[in-house]
Formats: sequence, C-alpha cells, structure tokens
Amino acid sequence: MNVLESGTAGRHDAQPARAGTLPAVEIAHLRKTYGPLVAVDDVSFSVAEGEIFGILGPNGAGKTTTVECAIGLRTPDSGTIRLMGLDPRADAAMLHEVVGVQLQASALPDKLRVGEILDMYRSFYRHPADVGELIEVLGLAGKRKGFYRSLSGGQRQRLSVALALIGQPKIAVLDEMTTGLDPQARRDAWALIEGIRDRGVTIVLVTHFMEEAERLCDRVALIDHGRVVALDTPAGLATRARDTKSMRFAPSAPFDDGLLTVLSEVTRVEHKGQHVEVTGTGQLVNAVILALAAAGVTAQDVQLDSSNLEDAFVKLTGRQQDTVEGATS
Amino acid sequence: MSTLELSAVGKRSRLGASTGTAPRAAFGQIVRNEVRLALRRPIGLLGGVGLPVVLLVIFGEIPAFKQVLPSFGGGSIFDAYVPVLICFGLAMLALLGLPTPLVSYRELGVLRRLSTTPVPRSWLLAAQGVVQLGTAVITVAAVLVISMTAFGVPAPKNSAGLAVSLLLAIAGLFAIGLFIASIARTATAVNVIGRVTFFPLMFFAGLWLPRAEMPSLLLDVSNYTPLGAMVQAVQTSMKTGFPPVAPLLVLAAYAVVFGYLARRFFRWE
Repeated sequence: MNVLESGTAGRHDAQPARAGTLPAVEIAHLRKTYGPLVAVDDVSFSVAEGEIFGILGPNGAGKTTTVECAIGLRTPDSGTIRLMGLDPRADAAMLHEVVGVQLQASALPDKLRVGEILDMYRSFYRHPADVGELIEVLGLAGKRKGFYRSLSGGQRQRLSVALALIGQPKIAVLDEMTTGLDPQARRDAWALIEGIRDRGVTIVLVTHFMEEAERLCDRVALIDHGRVVALDTPAGLATRARDTKSMRFAPSAPFDDGLLTVLSEVTRVEHKGQHVEVTGTGQLVNAVILALAAAGVTAQDVQLDSSNLEDAFVKLTGRQQDTVEGATS
Repeated sequence: MSTLELSAVGKRSRLGASTGTAPRAAFGQIVRNEVRLALRRPIGLLGGVGLPVVLLVIFGEIPAFKQVLPSFGGGSIFDAYVPVLICFGLAMLALLGLPTPLVSYRELGVLRRLSTTPVPRSWLLAAQGVVQLGTAVITVAAVLVISMTAFGVPAPKNSAGLAVSLLLAIAGLFAIGLFIASIARTATAVNVIGRVTFFPLMFFAGLWLPRAEMPSLLLDVSNYTPLGAMVQAVQTSMKTGFPPVAPLLVLAAYAVVFGYLARRFFRWE
C-alpha cells in the first residue's frame, strides 16, 4: 500500500486483506451521537503501519470522539473500527496491549514519583519497555525520583507519552500532546514523535495545529462537523486549499440554497445576515452568478476572497481557527 | 469470555503470543503505590488510626471514666467507649478515606488513563479497598490491644462474634463510602458529604451520649443506624457473648443496599 497515496473520505473496500498487508488502523463509517448532538457523523480512514497520521480539525469537530471510539473508551452508534485487526470493544484487553494512548487532560497523583509511576504502568504489560532507556529518550532521566507535582507542563506531557509507550505498542495514539507547551517544548515533542516512528510504531496524532501536522504527518484527515472533509498529504491539502475560493454577496431576493449546492463548483453555502458566503473551487464566481441569474436573482456587492488564506484549515473547514498561534508561526 | 478467547487465537499470528490479560503482578504494584500515597497523605491514617488511639488514651486518663456503673452493665464508661472509638476509626476510613482517592482519580483522569491499558480500572478500586481494609485492621487491633494492655479492659468474651460484627460493620460502612464516591463529583464534595454524614452517625454510635444513657426513643433510632448497630454488636461481643441477630442484620442490610446503589450510580468518568 502506498503510504502517501492521497484519497478521499469513504473510499473503503470491504475486501479482507491478508495478515501483513492489513492497515494498522481502519475506521469505516463511524458514527457517534450524544442525545441530539452528532459528535461524529460519518468518519472513515485507514492508517498504514509505520505511518504518522494526523487528525486535524477545530475544537468540537469530532476528533477526540473519533479517537475515543477507536481506543474503546466509547461505543460507536455504528461503523466498524479495527486496530491491528482488533475490535476495540470485543478485543479490548488485547487491543490495550498493542495500542498506547496519551489522552488529553489526564493527570496523575501529585505524590507519586516518576519512577514509581513508570514501574507501576510497566507491570501492566507483558512485553514492557526498559524504563531506564525510555526516560533517557524522553529526557526525564534526571526526574526519576521527582514527584509528579514537581514536574513542569512539558515534563508531564513527556511522562504521559512515556506511559503511552511503556507497553511497546504497535500503535501510539497521541491526543493534543503539544497543546499548552511552549514553542521549544513543542519542537522537542516533534523530534520525539519522529523518533518513536523510527522505532516502527504507527502514530495517530490528534492536533489542531496546522504547522504540527505539516511538519510531522505523512497524511492528514481534516475533520469538521463530524465528517472527514479532506484526506491527503499535508502538501496535497495545501494545494487543494490554494485552489479553494470563496465569495460573498448580497442577493437581490431570497433563494433556495439548493440552487447553489447542486453546482459541482460549490462546497459550502452560508448565510451571514444580509450576505451569503459561498466556498468552492474552479470557476466558482461564474457558476454562482449564472445559477442565480437563471433563477432571477442578482448578486450584489460581490466580494472575492483571494488572499490571506494559505491555511488549508480555514479554507476547508470554512471556520476561523480558534488558536491561530500554530498556523501563523 | 469464550468469544474473546476464540477471536484471540486467530490474531496471535499478527501480534505474537499475547493472551490479552494484565499480568497478576500489576495488582501488587498498584497496591504498593496506593500504600505509598496513603503514607504520603497521612490525613486518612491520622483520622482513621491516630485520632481513635489519641481519644482512647485521653479517655483512659479521665478518672471518672474508670468508675464501674450499674447502668453500664457492670462495666465502666471507658469500657463502653472502646467500641465507640473503633467505630470512629472505621467510619473515618469508610466515609472519607475510601471515597476521597477514588473520586480524585476520576477527577484527575487516572481512571480514564487506566482504561486505555490492559489493566481493568476496577483493580484500582480493589487496591483502594485492600489499603483501607488493612488500615481498618490496624485501627481495630490498636484500639483493642492498647485498651486491654494499658487500661485493663477485659478481653472480648466472644471473639467470633466480635469478628463477625466487625466484618459486617466494615462491609456496611465501606458500601456507604463507595456510595458517596458514586454520587460525589469532586474530592471537595466527598469531604463535605463525608463530614456531614460522619457526625450524626457518630452521635448515634454514642460518642457524646453513651448508648446506655440514651432515652429509649433515641436508642431505637440508634439501633437502626449503621454505627449504632455496630456499637451494639461489638459491645455485646466484648461483654456478654455472640451478638443478637438484629444489629447484624441491620449492618448486612446497609452493605447490600448501599453496595447496590454504589454499583448502580458509580461513574467511571
């Protein structure tokens, strides 16, 4: 399988692959709702062994829910999930042996020492890593006797990553691991992730930093409103973003959105007060104005958005990123 | 489990030999760290073991408590306080010592992290249970041994009865503690609920007004509270013989009802 092959959401054939050619992660048509709230609408993607796969999207897009379903913390409403061929619910115990997870906002007791925490988590696994080597790699060697309470934010993150790796997993799932880190600590974390991949671990990285995804990931799934809106290499996404245009106008009369959404050039129609914002590709402006004219509507006060949108994130999700820091640096 | 085992067979070729269960040694490691935490945050130990022992020594030094009174069934006030102080220690452990770490683990995300490892998160609860049970045994032993050796309290009349009473009392109180852990969202809430429960229950145990001096209506109420029933059962075992069925049933009922409620309402996240 070509790791860098670009694809689109939902491109999944159900043919059973032979052992060895199976993807490390395979998610098909995942859906999860909380009452009336649709957290994940329809998410499909697969991750090849040895790949660093990014899940990118704004807060509340459904990234964390997707990951939580994948590691068996939540039961999906529908869809299938396989990690190393294992079902997160039915094969939970075996799955946890081969999938290491670093969760968002998961602390540890203040009054345990780093070494005590690592020794305990090490005992949970059948084929654990060497604690000494692991803390050396993670830059925590000097902190082995320190209490959790005494660790800096970056050190806590690295300990959390150490706990995700201590079982020598085949897959490491890292959720927002660099959020809240200073730029230097973030760069250190990136080097660390590359080092882990070089040891043959498949990495699923959840992030909302475009820069992080660009720097680290072989492929990225961009998730918004519970759907995969793009699945490509970071370079492919950037190209696609450049091709994306948006326009804004005041219609002379109300019209049905369906008029525009049927157009192949249009990906999104949004109403903002008097104005309508249309996002799409190709000959977007021509297509929109012609379609409106055919319905007897004139587009007034037309503005074209052409610059300042190198960010695939904003382009493809149509939303302003909540934390701009990562995207602009 | 059979389906899990079956599906596991086919997956070995890809993942190597793994049976998908956590090593048993992991439980020992969890208990070890829980013991460390209990020793490093000694509030629970001080309240559950230290305080009853200190009160025992203070009460033992009050001359008036040494008088043998007919209303106390031929024993002294001090004799009557021994079960009350055991009760004090066990209630501290059950109502505060047990639920506080469990709720803070949920608050911190420790339980969440644990559920991504091969270890079942229930092991952490069990480890807490082991630590608190061990502390409870120390409390009981300390109060009994000190009261007998230093203050001349007679040895228990019926050791089997005492053991049964204490076991049922621990079961009932721990069930209440687990119920608190299941309804409280934060460690602070546990603290409030634990204290608000502790003092009225200790009143019915006879901490301020010994049961022997309670008016009959109050005594009737006391008999149906967990600590009242416990003091009744422990007192009888120490002074006369095997306790009556009623207090034992009351304790068992608390264990069953609150055990069920705790299970029903417990939230892992």
